[in-house]
Amino acid sequence: MFPLNDNGMISGLLCGILFGYVLESAGFGSPVKLSAQFRLRDWAVFKVMFTAIVVAAVGLWLLRVGGLLKPDSIAVPQAALVAAAVGGALVGAGFAVGGYCPGTSVAGLFSGRIDALVFVVGVITGTAGFAVFYGTTLKSLKSAGLIAEGDTFADAYEISDPVMIAILVVALIGVFFVGSWFERRKGGPVTAQEAVEGACPTT
Amino acid sequence: MDTPTSNPRIKPFWPPFVAGVVLGLVLLLTFVLSGHGLGASGAANDLVAGVGLQLAPEATRANGYLGPQVADGNPLGSWMTWEIVGVAIGALAGAFMAGRFRVQLDGERSVGAGSRVIKALAGGFLAGFGARIAGGCTSGIGLSGSAALGVSAFVFLALFFVTGMIVSRLVKGV
Repeated sequence: MFPLNDNGMISGLLCGILFGYVLESAGFGSPVKLSAQFRLRDWAVFKVMFTAIVVAAVGLWLLRVGGLLKPDSIAVPQAALVAAAVGGALVGAGFAVGGYCPGTSVAGLFSGRIDALVFVVGVITGTAGFAVFYGTTLKSLKSAGLIAEGDTFADAYEISDPVMIAILVVALIGVFFVGSWFERRKGGPVTAQEAVEGACPTT
Repeated sequence: MDTPTSNPRIKPFWPPFVAGVVLGLVLLLTFVLSGHGLGASGAANDLVAGVGLQLAPEATRANGYLGPQVADGNPLGSWMTWEIVGVAIGALAGAFMAGRFRVQLDGERSVGAGSRVIKALAGGFLAGFGARIAGGCTSGIGLSGSAALGVSAFVFLALFFVTGMIVSRLVKGV
């Protein structure tokens, strides 16, 4: 029965290699392509993320229904909604200013981008800064807005998994529809050629 | 889009739907293998805790945030640190095989080298700090948490997108 709970070196390397390969192949090593999502010119970030979320959520649900995955056996981030909101806002701001998020900066660095190395140094400094300033304020912020009933939509709001998945499928179709409409109006998605050439003054 | 000047060695990116389906399967494999999703900022956390333990063991053990993490040994060599080593290998392989590897300071031509370095550093700091508040970043909370149908993941993504859109109109990052 799954999960195997294998947290060894080979498991980490295998998942990481596949993750890094997909990130780069999707174009997510390029800060031009990534930040074009916020300018609504390129919707690859949301298209890829929403598709992946639906595929993985459906897969997990099927495995659970089929009795192959133990119930409540996979990690769900704790439902500290204020912490998630503040953290999400800061990661979004950092993404807009720096052109990456922590994972994509590693993909950027290993497709040759020196600015991604600088971003990685920033992430490490920000992490160390959090530890240095960690006290009662940050400690309470980390668990702020916690929902006591549970972490998933099923536990917190009694929205069953199939209903949530159906909502996500509708959202996914919406992201592709709206995204492609914006892409046509704003000069299309960033191509590999443009990404490799790097940001130019007109982008 | 092919222009007469385009380099035929540079292969196009995967279509978003294809990349999304493959990423979803990789994420599913990760859940099945390890019991949790993919992540990134956790590796920075383990690096800070692990290096801190080596360089300043007393201060690290006494730190309210890092102390409990190093109580059971050095977190360097955790699943997350190996996963990030893997991300580096996978991205390098992908970029090389598709002719997309190029050493550059991306953003130098659009905002200038000095400005780009400062913005990349500041952006990284904000993202690293914010990820510790949320307990993860776009990968760990936004992607993996959403696939696990976690409530906080969708709150994270909503604020991530809204703030990113506002800030990108105030600051030209790249």
